Amino acid sequence: MTIEFLIDIIILGFLVITAVGIAVSKDLFASVMLAGIYSLLSAVFFVVMDAVDVAFTEASVGAGISTILMLSTLTLTGQFEDPSRHNKTLGFVVVFITGSLLIFGTTDMPIFGDALAPVQLHLAPHFIENSYAEVGMPNIVTSVLASYRGYDTFGETVVIFTAGIGVLTLLGFSSGGSTPLVSVVAPMHQHKILRVVSKMLIPPILIFALYVQFHGDYGPGGGFQAGVIFAAAIILYAMVFGLDTARKVINQSVIQILSALGVLLYGSVGLVSFLNGKNFLDYSVLAHDPLHGQHYGILLVELGVGITVTAVMVSIFFTFASRVDKEHGGNA
Amino acid sequence: MIIDIISWFCLLVGGFLCISGAVGIFRFPDFFSRMHAASVTDSLGSGLIILGLVLQSSEWLVISKLVFIQIFIFLTSPTSSHALAKAALHSGLRPWTKPVAGRDDR
Amino acid sequence: MTFMSQYNYWVVIILMMLGFYIVISHGNLVKKLIGLSIFQTSVFILYISMGKVTGGTAPILDSDYTVYSNPLPHVLILTAIVVGIATTAVGLALVVRIKEAYGTIEESEIQQKDDEEC
Repeated sequence: MTIEFLIDIIILGFLVITAVGIAVSKDLFASVMLAGIYSLLSAVFFVVMDAVDVAFTEASVGAGISTILMLSTLTLTGQFEDPSRHNKTLGFVVVFITGSLLIFGTTDMPIFGDALAPVQLHLAPHFIENSYAEVGMPNIVTSVLASYRGYDTFGETVVIFTAGIGVLTLLGFSSGGSTPLVSVVAPMHQHKILRVVSKMLIPPILIFALYVQFHGDYGPGGGFQAGVIFAAAIILYAMVFGLDTARKVINQSVIQILSALGVLLYGSVGLVSFLNGKNFLDYSVLAHDPLHGQHYGILLVELGVGITVTAVMVSIFFTFASRVDKEHGGNA
Repeated sequence: MIIDIISWFCLLVGGFLCISGAVGIFRFPDFFSRMHAASVTDSLGSGLIILGLVLQSSEWLVISKLVFIQIFIFLTSPTSSHALAKAALHSGLRPWTKPVAGRDDR
Repeated sequence: MTFMSQYNYWVVIILMMLGFYIVISHGNLVKKLIGLSIFQTSVFILYISMGKVTGGTAPILDSDYTVYSNPLPHVLILTAIVVGIATTAVGLALVVRIKEAYGTIEESEIQQKDDEEC
């Protein structure tokens, strides 16, 4: 029993304990915090499984943005759930039947870690052996994401953009006219330590986001992670210095334009390849030589992804926060 | 060889401090002392673990990244403990004081 | 024995069933969304475990290593994580609107109010 296997068992055990804790607890605030711990533990598990890009994304998205959005929702909807409305027996029966059928299904699966499993034999050797010669960057995940599977990533960016539009439609545009007198997401004047530490930390966080964005070719990173980290810095600023101040720094309309701009940038790169005679999103025509073309193409599309993700995450947070303002400001 | 021994010592002591912080969260009587125990994990526990890792690594890039991580943890974890304790104090939670036995007011 | 080789998949199924149980037997809408995200993350764990090669390393080309883990599941799961958070955000926005329209987010009470109106 190697040490890796031991770490595997322990982390998965903790995941199960956390999930059971979420199922049992009646307090929604505790459930949201446990869900954040669950995301962080699964990020650690992904690192043990050699999936460093995925771990990065899961830690920033799951343990960061998701927790913030759920907490904002809890301020609006209430902290405790009603325990008398469960339907427990039906739940147990369905879960038991489905679970046993699935476990029966796993007996045919290949051994964990097998180098000759079918999933390792078809496309993966092609990517691992040829990606450096065809695309020219060490991070195979980025080259597959942005170049070989660039069309999927385009669809994903459009999905994020659509989610941003959806949240804006549902929760309404914040109007400048009806600002309440007391802002609940208020500047924390009396929290000197928080303000000073945030002022010290926000610039390094922004620089780190830029580093992650452009270093995604050589190490873990890329557009999504960088966008989320950028949005986290702006959300921190909004929470400590007040929503109104943050709105003045970053205009609502600028955010909306930026979220569309990222998708437009991505689509334009594809269109330029189209107009040069090749397939949509074929980067080899963007420069004098295919390898340089791939570099430019991947740089531009990752930039587009990063811009859209930042703008959408910030706009979703601003929408939720202004809703909290309206709810609580009216009763104050 | 010496560096190996020192780094192992740092890693083991750091791990022990993290475990003792976790035990403290269970055993201490009220919220504020538990916060104090948790902050030991963040500051000294992680500091010693990262020091042990710095002694083990050979490239300057890795060492500088570890140092940045430690500076970041040092700045943010005590701040979050402070924010949590301040929020608890504002919402009315008071530190637990041990009842003095055998004293009668006359 | 199959225990050592299939352990990951069984834990994934346990986590999946826990998430499923939370979705079907808790009435609170926010709790259902949390259960759904547990379900999603367990599926990610399944895919990433399938891509791991024993003795391999992260799929970033380096001259010191020859065996790499499979990069294809990583790409798929990266997309899936981000799409998951997008749908969770829309779901939470819907919950806020439901709360404003019905005054509650317990499923049975919403059902009652709907039945009373018809």
